[in-house]
Amino acid sequence: MTETIALIKSLADRYGRTRDALMPILQGVVEEERYLSDVAMTEIARELDIAAAEVYGTATFYSFLDTVPRGKYVIRVCKTITCDMHGKKRVIEKIEDLLKIKLGETTQDKKFTLLTTNCLGWCHKGPVMLINNTPYPDLNEDKVTEIIMEYIRK
Amino acid sequence: MTKHKQIRIALRNCGVIDPQAIGEYIARDGYQALATCLTKMTPEEVIDQIKKSGLRGRGGGGFPTGLKFEITRKSVSDQKYVVCNADEGDPGAFMDRSILEGDPHSVIEAMAICGYCIGADKGLVYIRAEYPLAIERLKIALEQAREMGLLGKNIFNTGFSFDIELRYGAGAFVCGEETALIHSMEGLRGEPTFKPPFPSVSGYLGKPTNVNNVETFANIPVIINKGAGWFSAIGTEKSKGTKVFALAGKINNVGLIEVPMGTTLREVIYEIGGGIRNGKKFKAVQTGGPSGGCLTEKHLDTPIDYDNLIAAGSMMGSGGMIVMDEDNCMVAVAKFYLDFTVDESCGKCAPCRIGNKRLYELLDKITQGKATMEDISNLKNLCTVIRDASLCGLGQTSSNPVLSTLDNFYDEYIGHVVDHKCAAGQCKALMKYVVIDENCVGCTACARNCPVNAISGEKKQVHFIHQDICIKCGACYDRCKFNAIEIQ
Ligand SMILES: Cc1cc2nc3c(=O)[nH]c(=O)nc-3n(C[C@H](O)[C@H](O)[C@H](O)COP(=O)(O)O)c2cc1C
Ligand code: SF4
Ligand code: SF4
Ligand code: FES
Repeated sequence: MTETIALIKSLADRYGRTRDALMPILQGVVEEERYLSDVAMTEIARELDIAAAEVYGTATFYSFLDTVPRGKYVIRVCKTITCDMHGKKRVIEKIEDLLKIKLGETTQDKKFTLLTTNCLGWCHKGPVMLINNTPYPDLNEDKVTEIIMEYIRK
Repeated sequence: MTKHKQIRIALRNCGVIDPQAIGEYIARDGYQALATCLTKMTPEEVIDQIKKSGLRGRGGGGFPTGLKFEITRKSVSDQKYVVCNADEGDPGAFMDRSILEGDPHSVIEAMAICGYCIGADKGLVYIRAEYPLAIERLKIALEQAREMGLLGKNIFNTGFSFDIELRYGAGAFVCGEETALIHSMEGLRGEPTFKPPFPSVSGYLGKPTNVNNVETFANIPVIINKGAGWFSAIGTEKSKGTKVFALAGKINNVGLIEVPMGTTLREVIYEIGGGIRNGKKFKAVQTGGPSGGCLTEKHLDTPIDYDNLIAAGSMMGSGGMIVMDEDNCMVAVAKFYLDFTVDESCGKCAPCRIGNKRLYELLDKITQGKATMEDISNLKNLCTVIRDASLCGLGQTSSNPVLSTLDNFYDEYIGHVVDHKCAAGQCKALMKYVVIDENCVGCTACARNCPVNAISGEKKQVHFIHQDICIKCGACYDRCKFNAIEIQ
């Protein structure tokens, strides 16, 4: 908790304490802690001197600003039309199989969360997924297995 | 094959230069246009050139860029902003990502030119978080431009100062809409607001803000260097220059192309795109993402430009082209776009938030084979209500994929409703796996592999699939070595 508070203070020192600093601060917290806890949101509200409801309202608008705990590695598979045409379903099933979780869930050891997202801008090389900040295009069952196994070993 | 149909303006440096070496950009006339503007031209003269070039916004709307500069210039204020919209989110589009990854300086240079034109010393790039490599390349490019004095104070000793800051999206498609984008940068929910006032008059922090798309910006240095006349000689009467299209889907050559406005769909698909994959038959191409519609066989020889696409019931959008073949069910395609819209509607206004959900449900009902003709007429009515009553472009255009597939593929809708058949064989609920009695040798492979025990039959006897139990997984079809299972 003290770590979270210190993090928020340093982010506010860097981005300022005006309303337009809110997004960079929220993104900074997610970058470090993978999600926005209640503690983090109330602390940001205090630091910027705005209502906690405002912080919550903004955070919950954006799909990348998670307000529930996420794994260390957040996997987002594109579910949009061209990736669907090229077999995103089999890729998702393979990941579910490998990690023994269903879409939307986080593994027990808090290492992986599996989500879907809309078009990632790699439509010519679908299916594609994002693991934290790294895109992996041209997936098939073998390739996704290789990548996930590598992360499991990390 | 016919590479000569392509002209690279926006993509001139992509794949040619090392985007992380500013020297390579400069060696190909980089920052020449900025120097010309700052040292030899007045802002009015630059704006005049851009107006004469006929350049229109590449982010979807097609608004004349020079006119936008002029309006923002004429808005009186102590502070103005230049914003680059890099929130590209249309399914099927990836040109903005490619430009930022392959030629970030072209956008930086153009933003500085825009700053000079409108009287702004500050620029912001709003880029989606899904594009980490583009973000990285932009950061490096900004750093190098500052080091060389091409950004910062007193550029080329002219007294003009300009710098650029990055802002990141957080996974919300609607933030590509310019008012939503501005609210997102202000730290608010990314909800659109009513226009007017346009950002050119009152935008970021209430100040005049010129918002342009990545590809729009990438064209500007070339217009200054080669002249408005050169640019406006390319293209059609009302759409000048080139357009970058992203080809994806069932086409042989996927990826980016840049062709003069007015190129026909046939040239794009067959000559440049190499035709349909696996020798299948062309069915349609979806342009304009969730705001657009599909173009079909009968549109193959229509010259592609802003106005012709609208007349054909679609739109330019950002230039994504998703090609469909005979195996794509067009009702399912429409349903796909509605699923996207339902996800991405910001929820501020009821017609879009609730109406699109109802549209989706109606389409789902059709693909399930449970719809009636009354549902089809409700579908049409709902489309017009959502279009007329929504606040922003997302809701105003979300019914286009439905209206355009209804227009072009009415038979397919009727097939689902009246005959309970999906001609493309894509709608699972309307498919049936059945045993062909003559071919079945009773090997039991299907029955053993069926996950829900939907198949009965003794060894060496003809098997039978119980349709009420079958979940249509296709396992029996894949396992049968005697071609004894067919899909009806
Ligand atoms: C729902 C919606 C999404 C949009 N997404 C984008 C986008 O991702 N990129 C973009 O440049 N313009 C997008 N636009 C258009 C912008 O609102 C705006 O018109 C554009 O950025 C202006 O730049 P231009 O004149 O250079 O095209 C979107 C519009 C709507 C209604
Ligand atoms: S039309 Fe849809 S996306 Fe646009 S403001 Fe209304 S609810 Fe939001
Ligand atoms: S399609 Fe799947 S569920 Fe249906 S009969 Fe065949 S194996 Fe069983
Ligand atoms: S549809 Fe999946 S990346 Fe575009």
